[in-house]
Amino acid sequence: MTDMSYAPTRTQSPTTKLVLRFVLYILLALFALFYLMPLFVMITTSLKSLDEIRTGDLVSLPREVTFDAWRTAWSSACTGIQCEGVRPYFLNSLLIAIPAVLISTIIGALNGYVVAQWKFKGANIFFALLLFGCFIPFQVVLLPMAIVLGKLGISGTIPGLIFVHVIYGLGFTTLFFRNYYVSIPSELTKAAMIDGAGFFRIFWSIFMPLSLPIIVVSVIWQFTQIWNDFLFGVSFSQAGTQPVTVALNNIVNSTTGVKEYNVDMAAAIIAALPTLLVYVVAGKYFIRGLTAGSVKG
Amino acid sequence: MSPILEVKNLYKNYGSTEVLKDINVSIEKGDFLVLVGPSGCGKSTLLNCIAGLEPITGGDLFIGGQNMTNVSPKDRDIAMVFQSYALYPTMTVAKNITFGMKVRGIDQATQDAKLKHVSTQLQIEPLLHRKPGQLSGGQRQRVAMGRALVRDPKLFLFDEPLSNLDAKLRVEMRTEIKALHQRLGASMVYVTHDQIEAMTLATKIVVMKGGVIQQIGTPAEIYNRPANLFVADFMGSPAMNLIPAKTKKNGKDTQIEIARKNADPIVLTEKRSTDLPENIIIGVRPEDIVDAAFARTDDTQQADCMIDIVEPAGADTFAVMQLGGKHVTARLHAETTAAAGTSQRLAFDLGKVSYFKPETGLRLN
Repeated sequence: MTDMSYAPTRTQSPTTKLVLRFVLYILLALFALFYLMPLFVMITTSLKSLDEIRTGDLVSLPREVTFDAWRTAWSSACTGIQCEGVRPYFLNSLLIAIPAVLISTIIGALNGYVVAQWKFKGANIFFALLLFGCFIPFQVVLLPMAIVLGKLGISGTIPGLIFVHVIYGLGFTTLFFRNYYVSIPSELTKAAMIDGAGFFRIFWSIFMPLSLPIIVVSVIWQFTQIWNDFLFGVSFSQAGTQPVTVALNNIVNSTTGVKEYNVDMAAAIIAALPTLLVYVVAGKYFIRGLTAGSVKG
Repeated sequence: MSPILEVKNLYKNYGSTEVLKDINVSIEKGDFLVLVGPSGCGKSTLLNCIAGLEPITGGDLFIGGQNMTNVSPKDRDIAMVFQSYALYPTMTVAKNITFGMKVRGIDQATQDAKLKHVSTQLQIEPLLHRKPGQLSGGQRQRVAMGRALVRDPKLFLFDEPLSNLDAKLRVEMRTEIKALHQRLGASMVYVTHDQIEAMTLATKIVVMKGGVIQQIGTPAEIYNRPANLFVADFMGSPAMNLIPAKTKKNGKDTQIEIARKNADPIVLTEKRSTDLPENIIIGVRPEDIVDAAFARTDDTQQADCMIDIVEPAGADTFAVMQLGGKHVTARLHAETTAAAGTSQRLAFDLGKVSYFKPETGLRLN
């Protein structure tokens, strides 16, 4: 008779399993705590008064919650000689980031669509060159870019910064969309061509509806890049067109006398909020979009 | 009346590689043309050229008498069914079928009427509001056909439409396509690598290999009079037996001698006056080698053969033996007495035999 009830010998008892689980969660909690610590310090510090910061402990909770520092950071903190808070610069950043994200995503989608589905002569070289653009360090393009902006007459302006970010983002957005569209069978394009649809009609009616996950990826990536950018912001702006990252730096570095840590913290959190918001709203699509391979009908 | 499709001296190159060489085909209205060949023979490329999805390197292409060589696919008055069905994944079945009409700006009432007509015809009304992802393979196939039918084109193109289906469904859909062709009287070009599909569906078959047309003919012509060794071997299942043999003139007749291991050669007599070279390859279909006891005609020549393998297949029993250094299959009666390792008296029918020249592979008779 053959033994049908073979069981692997490495089974763990329920207790061992439970203990291992427990250890795992403890470890995870510790890591989470470690990463959340700076945020915790920032938030609590921003809610304390200057006196309390001076006398109290760095990690202790505020004895008295006050939003004065937030108000100051938003509307009256000094960035050099002006004392208008981060508000105008926050607005600048929005004016730069939103159009730049939209334009680079749309052009990237079109580029990716062409490279993946309308193989033209030299398509691969074109794509390789665009990819190469992703790996050029920011510093290398500063001078040439400054000259180009000057020639175009948009140096120091918000359209100028939008232009810079669109150009620099195209390599990435094209890569995203190309890799996404390359997994869509080319027969789909052929079928639509025979149905009478043209280049843009196929893009709009067939590819766009499929693209939500990758659009989200592109938007998150581009928004984070552009919002957090400091180098281009500081290089290609002038008074009045600086983005929030530059303003934040000025607030922190240009104060004389007493360091207002609570204002600095509040300003930093304000500057980081939009990217945080984008992740929370669209984050679940981010991973899905990055890993989404085939779009089988 | 001009042919519905005419391909003249068509060449297609990818860079310096010639993919299609001097293709000439034409079909009349109502013809069902099947392009068949092994993978990589250029049959799908030819279909894409006809559809206009691939530009052609040389030659001309006429659809309905009009020169369509440089016309874009949408203006060729064609419809195509793809191997992967290529249904638009985000659209419902109804939207998939009407997309072409919508793009062409056909009014809603006509769209609805045509959609209703086609969906009734293909029995897909219950599916109209589903997305392609919610359909089975067979259902997707029907929707893809619906999308083609609704165009009511001059020419239907099919690119291996059944190859993604399981065996049973494939046979069902094959019958359905044939019924559809008969009902509509439509002109169709159909690509497949399956020679049985080709035989059952076609009114005209084009056998291709390496970008060159090997033979064009009706299924019967291709089956009974293959133009060369490739066609002989490719068409038919089990394949035609291709046996090396030697010939000897004997007065008006020709003696054909097939060597055997451990036995005297089989000598067959060809009584028709044919002028054959000394070395030939003789092509005999399995059904032309039968049990002597069950032979249909008296016009057969008999020999004892040692059977190596017996394969009962229900309606028939196939027996495999060694002749002329080749495996030769005979199609015996279901109730044959043949058994592996024993000798069996077999009857050879030379009525439909093919002779080929070994050096060129071309047909001699």
